[in-house]
Amino acid sequence: MIINVARKELKSMFASPMGWVILALLMFAFGTYYLNGINDYFAVMSGAMRPAERTGVTQFVGQIVYGFASFMVLFAVPLLSMRLISEERRSQTLPFLFSAPISLTEIVLGKFLGLVAFLSILVVYIGLMLSTLNIWADIDFGFIIANSIGLLLMVASFSALGLYFSSMTQQPVIAAILTFIALFALMFLDRFFAGDPSNTLASLSLTRHFQSFLGGLIDTADIAYFVLFIATFLTLTVRRLDADRLRG
Amino acid sequence: MNNFTVEANELTRLYGGREAVSNVSFTLSKGQVLGFLGPNGAGKSTTMKMLTGNLAPSNGSVKICGIDMMENPKEAKALIGYLPEMRPLYKEFTVDEYLTIAARLHRVSAGNIKKAVEVAKERCGLGHMSKRLIENLSNGYQQRVGIAQAIIHNPMVVILDEPTVGLDPIQIRDIRALIREVGAERSVIISTHILPEVEMVCDHVQIIDKGKLVFNGAIDVLKKQRIGNKLMLGMHNPPSADEMLKIPGITEAESLSGGLMRIRFADGAAPAEAIVQAAVKNGWGLHQIAPDQTSLEDVFVQLTYQEQPIPEQSAA
Repeated sequence: MIINVARKELKSMFASPMGWVILALLMFAFGTYYLNGINDYFAVMSGAMRPAERTGVTQFVGQIVYGFASFMVLFAVPLLSMRLISEERRSQTLPFLFSAPISLTEIVLGKFLGLVAFLSILVVYIGLMLSTLNIWADIDFGFIIANSIGLLLMVASFSALGLYFSSMTQQPVIAAILTFIALFALMFLDRFFAGDPSNTLASLSLTRHFQSFLGGLIDTADIAYFVLFIATFLTLTVRRLDADRLRG
Repeated sequence: MNNFTVEANELTRLYGGREAVSNVSFTLSKGQVLGFLGPNGAGKSTTMKMLTGNLAPSNGSVKICGIDMMENPKEAKALIGYLPEMRPLYKEFTVDEYLTIAARLHRVSAGNIKKAVEVAKERCGLGHMSKRLIENLSNGYQQRVGIAQAIIHNPMVVILDEPTVGLDPIQIRDIRALIREVGAERSVIISTHILPEVEMVCDHVQIIDKGKLVFNGAIDVLKKQRIGNKLMLGMHNPPSADEMLKIPGITEAESLSGGLMRIRFADGAAPAEAIVQAAVKNGWGLHQIAPDQTSLEDVFVQLTYQEQPIPEQSAA
């Protein structure tokens, strides 16, 4: 049942130009960064004489592309997640889902998975793009896998938050703005506490937990953080929809 | 186990302390079509939302084929097809795509989805619209898609909130035939403003006003109430009322302007023939004689505006 809701979301994502345009723009942007990254690599490495100054091509290009990607999804996810529930609220299509034999949890999980499936196209695309380096060089696939998992967890967290804000309003635009502000704050929270890195609030920052993945490290603590983040906002969304049923 | 498909028990819904629906109880059996009548804001849609599990009742319970909506919502919802007042259509899809999604979400098994979509389209006259985007369909066709969506999984109970809104007369006739067809083997609940529609389609009527059930019974009861033992006469030389009362069987005569006269007769009497004979003999110049019906509208107004509700008829 979750799958059926997810399929419906995915289908409607591709039924409007929005999905295609965002995919195309992001792929173009990632492609450009990838190309620039390779050019920079040659420029930098030709100047680096001593072996200690040299880094692998995977890490050099990967860090540029994945660092940029984690920043770009900050803009892309709110645009995609905004209409998930608010649009249905506005066009009054929610009764269609509510009167079908599926639970609220299944509806929310389905919508969430639909969006994550859409965004994972990007993650897979970036992974494949970087893997093409293997044609000329011997690259570090572990690094790419760690980064892909990190990026996927990150966009999933963004989606969960976006879904929650989408469930709170009838206006997709308001949902998008709220999601963007909240994500922006969470991303750059650690900058505010740069002088005191051990602060508890700083460890709530999404960027900080993405850092280890960016370095090619899969840390269970960071995975737990993202999973908890996702679970929290999905639960809040279910509760918000349940309030609709109770309060009317 | 009784055979009730829908059992509503003392349904009450509060909106900020105000009762939108209060203590509505009724039952519906297989093969019945129930019409829900009421002025705007009477609580028809709220009741329907509660029946379909879209809204939690403040008090009371709903059972669909014996399954409690609160305790087993999934099982209960699987037995219902619902078309809300606002059509829940995803306009970016084609008719086929939308109906396939509807079938999937309503647990039609994978092998039967294609067939279910075809049958639903055929029943609602949508066959030639398969590949059209719902957005580009006319209002009436969109409404048909809404109805198709509600019957696609062949549910035990079909609940339609104002199904004939926005349709042309021919479409309305088709949809009414469809409702009767579905109602023959399943249960149907429809709400409407159009009073003659109720008479044509439903065999049970509920009139709801200010959240309270003011009438609940078979359509025949309502019909009887409106036809009554009355005749309307039109004459060129109308006699006085007293003269009319001499004809056996007539209990009341009321002269109206323009040579019209309304008479009431006793139960079982058939005074029409006697009136015609008297008219010929006395040269009244009779040119019109017809049963005088109180319109359904009048009955409706009577029921919804009178102070005390008429005694509830037992639902068969």
